[in-house]
Amino acid sequence: MLYISTKYQIIRKDFPFYLGKTAHGGLWVQIKNLPGHLPKESPSHVFLQEIMKWNGWGYSDSRFLFNKKGQAEFTGKRYIIIGMIIPGLKDWFECTFGASLQHKTPATPLLNSSAVQPPTLNEAFVEELKSTGIPFSQDAEDRVFRAHGHCLHEIFALREGKFGRVPDMVVWPNCHNDVVKIVELASKHNVCLIPYGGGTSVSSALECPPEETRSIVSLDTSQMNRILWVDEKNLTAHVEAGIVGQDLERLLNESGYCTGHEPDSMEFSSLGGWVATRASGMKKNIYGNIEDLVVHIKMVTPQGVIEKSCQGPRMSTGPDIHHFIMGSEGTLGVVTEVTMKIRPMPEYQKYGSVVFPNFEQGVACLREVARQRCAPASIRLMDNEQFKFGHALKPQVSSIFTSFLDGLKKFYITKFKGFDPNRLCVATLLFEGDREKVLQHEKQVYDIAAKFGGLAAGEDNGQRGYMLTFVIAYLRDLGMDYYVIGESFETSVPWDRVLDICRNVKARIVRECKERGVQFPPLSTCRVTQTYDAGACVYFYFAFNYRGLSDPVHVYEQVEHAAREEILANGGSLSHHHGVGKLRKEWMRETVSNVGMGMLKSVKDYVDPNNIFGNRNLL
Amino acid sequence: MASKAVYSQRDPMLKKRDDFEDILEERRNSSDLRYALRCYAPVVYKGLCPSKAGTLKSMVLQSDQLHYVIHQVCRETGRAVDDVQEEASSILEEMAHRLQLSTVRFFAFTLSKVFKTLFRSICVNEEGIQRLQQVIQEHPVVLLPSHRSYMDFLLMSYLLYTYDLALPVIAAGMDFMGMKFVGEMLRMSGAFFIRRSFGGDKLYWAVFSEYVKTMLKNGFAPVEFFLEGTRSRTSKSLTPKLGLLNIVMDPFFKGEVFDVSLVPVSISYERILEESLYARELLGVPKPKESTSGLIKARKVLSEDYGSIHVYFGQPVSVRSLAEGRVNRCQFNLIPRHIPKKPSEDIHSFVNDSAYRLVRAQEENMVLKPWVLLASLLLQNQVSGQKRGIALDELTEQAVWLRDLSRQYGAFLHWPEHTPPSEVVSSSLSLHRGLVRISEGRVQLALDKGYAVTPEEELLSQAVIILSCASYRNQALHVFLRPALLASAIHTASSNKKQEVFNSFSFLRNMFSNEFILCPGTYCMLFTSHWCCVSTGALQVTQQEVLVTERGHRTLVFLTSMLDPFLQGYQVVCRFLCEEATEALTEKQFIPAVRKFIIKHLLAGRLRYTEVLSSDLQKNSLAALLRLGAVRKIKGYQGTLKVNTVMVNSLEDTLGKKPAVRNQQCLGSFQNISTLSVFFV
Repeated sequence: MLYISTKYQIIRKDFPFYLGKTAHGGLWVQIKNLPGHLPKESPSHVFLQEIMKWNGWGYSDSRFLFNKKGQAEFTGKRYIIIGMIIPGLKDWFECTFGASLQHKTPATPLLNSSAVQPPTLNEAFVEELKSTGIPFSQDAEDRVFRAHGHCLHEIFALREGKFGRVPDMVVWPNCHNDVVKIVELASKHNVCLIPYGGGTSVSSALECPPEETRSIVSLDTSQMNRILWVDEKNLTAHVEAGIVGQDLERLLNESGYCTGHEPDSMEFSSLGGWVATRASGMKKNIYGNIEDLVVHIKMVTPQGVIEKSCQGPRMSTGPDIHHFIMGSEGTLGVVTEVTMKIRPMPEYQKYGSVVFPNFEQGVACLREVARQRCAPASIRLMDNEQFKFGHALKPQVSSIFTSFLDGLKKFYITKFKGFDPNRLCVATLLFEGDREKVLQHEKQVYDIAAKFGGLAAGEDNGQRGYMLTFVIAYLRDLGMDYYVIGESFETSVPWDRVLDICRNVKARIVRECKERGVQFPPLSTCRVTQTYDAGACVYFYFAFNYRGLSDPVHVYEQVEHAAREEILANGGSLSHHHGVGKLRKEWMRETVSNVGMGMLKSVKDYVDPNNIFGNRNLL
Repeated sequence: MASKAVYSQRDPMLKKRDDFEDILEERRNSSDLRYALRCYAPVVYKGLCPSKAGTLKSMVLQSDQLHYVIHQVCRETGRAVDDVQEEASSILEEMAHRLQLSTVRFFAFTLSKVFKTLFRSICVNEEGIQRLQQVIQEHPVVLLPSHRSYMDFLLMSYLLYTYDLALPVIAAGMDFMGMKFVGEMLRMSGAFFIRRSFGGDKLYWAVFSEYVKTMLKNGFAPVEFFLEGTRSRTSKSLTPKLGLLNIVMDPFFKGEVFDVSLVPVSISYERILEESLYARELLGVPKPKESTSGLIKARKVLSEDYGSIHVYFGQPVSVRSLAEGRVNRCQFNLIPRHIPKKPSEDIHSFVNDSAYRLVRAQEENMVLKPWVLLASLLLQNQVSGQKRGIALDELTEQAVWLRDLSRQYGAFLHWPEHTPPSEVVSSSLSLHRGLVRISEGRVQLALDKGYAVTPEEELLSQAVIILSCASYRNQALHVFLRPALLASAIHTASSNKKQEVFNSFSFLRNMFSNEFILCPGTYCMLFTSHWCCVSTGALQVTQQEVLVTERGHRTLVFLTSMLDPFLQGYQVVCRFLCEEATEALTEKQFIPAVRKFIIKHLLAGRLRYTEVLSSDLQKNSLAALLRLGAVRKIKGYQGTLKVNTVMVNSLEDTLGKKPAVRNQQCLGSFQNISTLSVFFV
């Protein structure tokens, strides 16, 4: 039995439904302390790339598979669910998608470097870069690795061993000054720069514009991953922008602090990426979204460095220049250093869950929680399909007693309370703070839930709900081995529209799939993941079995396009936190108005007149 | 794009229609009582939240929309909130249905008895029923039957009960409420009552629209209403009313439901119960007020044979696909959806176009009986002055010719296939023996002298017969209308030049757009498509000209005669306005005055068509003249009409254009008109 001890709590490896986060304060635990994320392991960029998949999500050794008995298993040494059998997944998978384990669509196992276009190099730039001593590479693998994010079409192409336009070289600046030099050289020699952080984009933001004729240089910030200072008086930390979420939290935790910023991609996404896309964290109710967390930003642009002169907590100095930077998606420059708010690590953390008879009641409850402004660190409401999905991921229970208990619970909810198993839905909760307040807070929330017919359903269910977030990307890879493709997308919407948008977008997906010849009904599901005073963030998952389709990716894209149209027609936003990239560019003008576009364009024209940062996102 | 798809579906050449089943057959063979008491368990909408009529009311009263309007009314009038709330509640009380299965069972029993005595058969397309059953589960459904008889709405509920489908809630006019007991019975079988006019009453509108939307959104029951607003007395489809259609589409625009399915239903009666009642009404004998005792007096109708009824449940139309690319739903993003807003321009025109399209769908699935063709022929024959009628075998020959022609034009004709035509004709004639007389092998309309004392009385009693016949002819009008407009255009155009014909066609189409269902905004396309239609042999189209072929002559004569009564009707209204309209003529006085004028001219033998006595035609022509600006209504003088004599004159001229007679002044104003008609395209 393996024990991982933290300051406050002891967690067993076989703790049910437990993926990899400790029950306290967002610390990402890896079972084996691989050196991959320790700063300044040399040369760490090569190492990181080697432990990651080149054509799928996450670590190379971590994946779902169906074993010889047809049971799902998770491999690798990194996550706590390794070795656990997930008996329900196969049936769910086959029933939901009409898929079969007999029909496989394996990925191309090895990266064939010869299929990669030879680099277009700007010799003068390369020469001058050499003299600076900043490391760079023209290796095909390095370039392919940084040519994509994690959109479905990107991963699908990689699995088939197809590469489009990829960067011509990769550079690894080590600090702010390195970036200044690189940007100066790029401007001087008219080279296109594409900043690269964690590579977790889902908006086609990292795709190289195929029409770009200049040499494209991927500027990888992964080496800029130090915490430069921590100011305990003001509770701020000054951090290099290349740091990855889990490293930032771990390092801060060591001195008893955290940022509390936990986007679902935090294992791999970087601070600079969060700033550039206006990221949102799971626990924003306590810590805020990235725009609330940032105190100071330093960004290198072709016109020079932009930053504020002081760290005042709020200023009235015209439009906030941070808001030109946040969400600029790498079109204006490279974020190099950020001063962030930090908080003492919470004393106590508790998961929870509530079962509602139906989604409508669940939404009404979340709305009431938001009205009373008593949302826990995180509160999420999964619809019925997602509840079943989560249920299918339940690991094999260890004893007859537990399975008996599960049966009893099910009986109580469906028979005694009369909940329809095909309508009920579940909200997952995460409370954080000092112990007494957490318990008090918990009671308040459960009392509200009770008014909407909600029944407390235990910590385990809550935790498993959050697990889903982290394994979903691995599960997509599993699906792609068996003709199933899918993706998630999100929006934000006023409260009065939440139910309508959920119903209509899900129905639109089903209808579009049918009309486009998808043979089996798709998985079309959603959850409400964030609450605000005036609305909520809604997340949709959508996947289908593509057997019988000649161009599945095209069908997928058409359906996603239709779904986005539906979102906009139902009063939803273009994006809550994924950003626009190139995937959603076509709707920017109607989203921000002509004048708004003009404003953004004129900023771009001033800051980067030669389009050095030429990833062509956003505008 | 979607609109195109719908249109092509209705392409007459591709028309494929379902078969019919007679539901009375089973009723004649098994117990009505058992039928009325059988287990009734319809499929329901998948998103249904089961709710009682009581909860429905409180949902309406507690809705955001109603709250908003109540407070608005309070602010504007200074009344207390409770007071206004009370009013809203009593409006709802007056309006709401109280659907009860027991009442429905009562109706199921009695109507079975009544239908079996009145009708030979009630035929329903069962595939349509299956489609409906499917769609009821998926989306909120709106049933849109045509409206030719009081019978329509009971018949609809009866059919849905028979097929074990969800019973609809039906928008009914308040006039039913006058029939004490019956009103309540209808209420309990699913009718809800709306006032005929409530123009500026915000509160009433809010309660009403919220009530309908709540029922629709929750999938409580299919909502049924009549697009035409009222029973058509002429069997011509009426210009659709947009209010309710707007209300049922609104939840889709605002994203409150994923889609709404509109199901046009065409109900065709071989013999209309209200036949002569309608004719009298059109001639100015006021309609008897609905009363229970009146209904009982109507008992004698029970002893007569009314032939068969055909009910065709059309293809469900998805509002979502109709609206695709036409309505920008984002327009509701910036104002809370419960705040009532006037429909925007694009929504208004979308709803209008959809309404026309739906009425067209009703028209196209109307089953036509051989009698309809016979009525058309007999009317034309009557006018051509042959007082002795037409020989039976000649009539048969003509009917066969017309049968084939109408099928070419896509008519949904129910002509018994394996019966000799002569038998078909004689059995049709015998069913309508009140309207025709056969003597010495010749057929003519039953225009008896009767007991009439004055020539005027005689004229009116003949007019009753003629208008009754015309109402049957009108059933086929939608089949021939478009080619007929073209035929008349060729007839009135000053030359055979394509452009001239087109101008003339546009003018007629514009002139008659209050009279017939002519879908707005599809001008050129329609023109060319009729072209194709007629050019299936009747016309020869060269580079520049449109020529009538030798064998097309007969078709063209028939087609122009079809439209002639209307042309003459509009002309005579114009003449009346020019000659007799005084300064003080009000809208109210218009109909009696023009009727007097027409009677005078008919008696003097200056008019060919007795039909022009129809007040429907007179009203429509006035509406057209108002729309074209040839007549204006002066506000504040009880709707006094101000006539632009020059314009009316030239319109009259253009309607019956004979170039030789036209004088210089008219020519001048005709130019005016043609620019005008282009403007109205």
